[in-house]
Amino acid sequence: MSGDQQNETDDKNKAVSDTGKPEQPQARMVTVSIMGKPALVPDDSTIMRAIEYSGQQIIRGAGCREGFCGACGTIYRLPGDYRIHTGLACTTLVQEGMALSQIPSVPLEKAVYDLETLTPDVDTIKALYPVVFRCVACGTCTKACPQGLQVMDYIQSAMRGDIAELMELSYECVGCGLCALRCPSEIIQHKVAILGKRLYGRYLRKESKELDIRIRQVKNHEYDGEYAELMSLDREALSERYYARDTE
Amino acid sequence: MYPDYLKDSLEKVNQTRSKRLELAKSDKPVYPPMNAAEREDVLSKFHPDSASAARSHIRIGPNKGEQLTTEITDLLEAHSMLDPKRMEESLANPDYETDMLIIGGGGAGCWAAITAIKNGIKPMIATKLRLGDANSMMSEGGMQAAVTPQDSPTRHYLDAIGGGHFDNKPELVRALTEDGPEVVRELENLGVMWDKMEDGSLQVLHGGGTSHKRMVSCRDYIGAVIMRTLMDEVENHPDEISVREFEPAIELLLDDKGQCAGAVLYNLDTEQFMVVRAKTTVITTGGFGRLHIRGFATTNHYGATGDGLVMAYRAGANLKFMDSVQYHPTGAIYPEQIAGFLITEKIRGAGGQPLNKDG
Repeated sequence: MSGDQQNETDDKNKAVSDTGKPEQPQARMVTVSIMGKPALVPDDSTIMRAIEYSGQQIIRGAGCREGFCGACGTIYRLPGDYRIHTGLACTTLVQEGMALSQIPSVPLEKAVYDLETLTPDVDTIKALYPVVFRCVACGTCTKACPQGLQVMDYIQSAMRGDIAELMELSYECVGCGLCALRCPSEIIQHKVAILGKRLYGRYLRKESKELDIRIRQVKNHEYDGEYAELMSLDREALSERYYARDTE
Repeated sequence: MYPDYLKDSLEKVNQTRSKRLELAKSDKPVYPPMNAAEREDVLSKFHPDSASAARSHIRIGPNKGEQLTTEITDLLEAHSMLDPKRMEESLANPDYETDMLIIGGGGAGCWAAITAIKNGIKPMIATKLRLGDANSMMSEGGMQAAVTPQDSPTRHYLDAIGGGHFDNKPELVRALTEDGPEVVRELENLGVMWDKMEDGSLQVLHGGGTSHKRMVSCRDYIGAVIMRTLMDEVENHPDEISVREFEPAIELLLDDKGQCAGAVLYNLDTEQFMVVRAKTTVITTGGFGRLHIRGFATTNHYGATGDGLVMAYRAGANLKFMDSVQYHPTGAIYPEQIAGFLITEKIRGAGGQPLNKDG
């Protein structure tokens, strides 16, 4: 931050304290434009907090507030910078002069399918999401990803029918859809990702024989006797059993 | 990295660090253990439930006279948004009709919808936010199911009953523990990618209160993986499952026999009340951490405000365990991006030292 900007920010802080507006001590303020409205907000705010601090209520655009759910995809520009930036409102901090807008929803046509009739290969990708073959490998999706995933690479995996790699590279996708909105080829990357993961889980997993056995044991009512006995115990007897239980 | 106002605190932490490290290395206790009186003193001063206002007597409804968590009491005693007189016309002409109304679109709601269509029932999910906007999405470490030969569903039962101080409803704990292994397989068949060992068996770890290793996982994203899989499956049945997002139910409707016959939804976009007539209604709305009990930060989702509890109470349901809140002892308050984020107990197990404001 240049000296001039610093002074300007100090003046703003003063203005705030003069009006007696409650604020934590020593918080520095920045001006941001929230969906077109200028607002003075603490400089250590996330975009999400800044929106709420400014008095706006978030209906669309907030979910887990911890970077898991992808509800709060946001685009913004910064002063003197021609680029469009992308981020999650819950994990991106505001900056002086930021102009931002939340994305209330991502319009798209999800492929509707019956997982039981699919094969984990390129034929499925071709049938359900032929649009992936329009990829021009420009990397815009990768630049847009707030999770820092190699989005373009997993689309390339999908084009090759490499479902395991598609799953691996897209594992941490939060489904915000910012990639899909930025893609010049109009691919819906995050939906291709969930298809890839489901194909992997259903068809390319290693089978657990232990799990087969356990499910059979339950179906054969092998635990009915133990359950009946445990459920018949009074509080004291149950407590005794609990504190004497064997551990692994 | 840290803002100016934390400078003094950091200084204090630094001042005591070498001494604490020395003590930790020498295997001597870093802090002298508290005696019972000291413990009681700290708990009574600082534990969120110890404040006299933490619980209050509820004055109306099926739990009348019981002491409930104050934030819950306040909601249960509040007036309805609805004026019944103004609803008469739409009650006579419902906006939606469905076999099964599912209130809440999280893990339980989506699972209920998928189960319903397998049984030839066409459900409708009404949810306050988006489908999948739920605490289920945020689970990180894993979930419990007795899947190994060393373990058994009945061992899981005993662990869970003990963890609940023997207050749990036995038949619910049996369902939870006995159905666990089958649910693991059903989720796998829907495409959930469990962490596996070389031979294909499920990777399991210990969780809080477990006597045997039974925490199955999807790296650190179990909730997100399960939730996205379930959402995708719900969206694969657009002709059978109707999904209404940003349309929370606000009141249940009862028929002339006093049985639940649907609900009134509130459309957050148009601010209209919408009447649903349903043959059966399922409430899958989750918990209430977002009420910020005693003003604390929360690990819960934006939407976790106990809506279903309030609706059910107003319709005459008796609520259980409303005097209990689960507080996690450690969490983040700075930086802002992770405020309310859970700090796992593993941190202390690995030697992390909690310090107070004096370092």
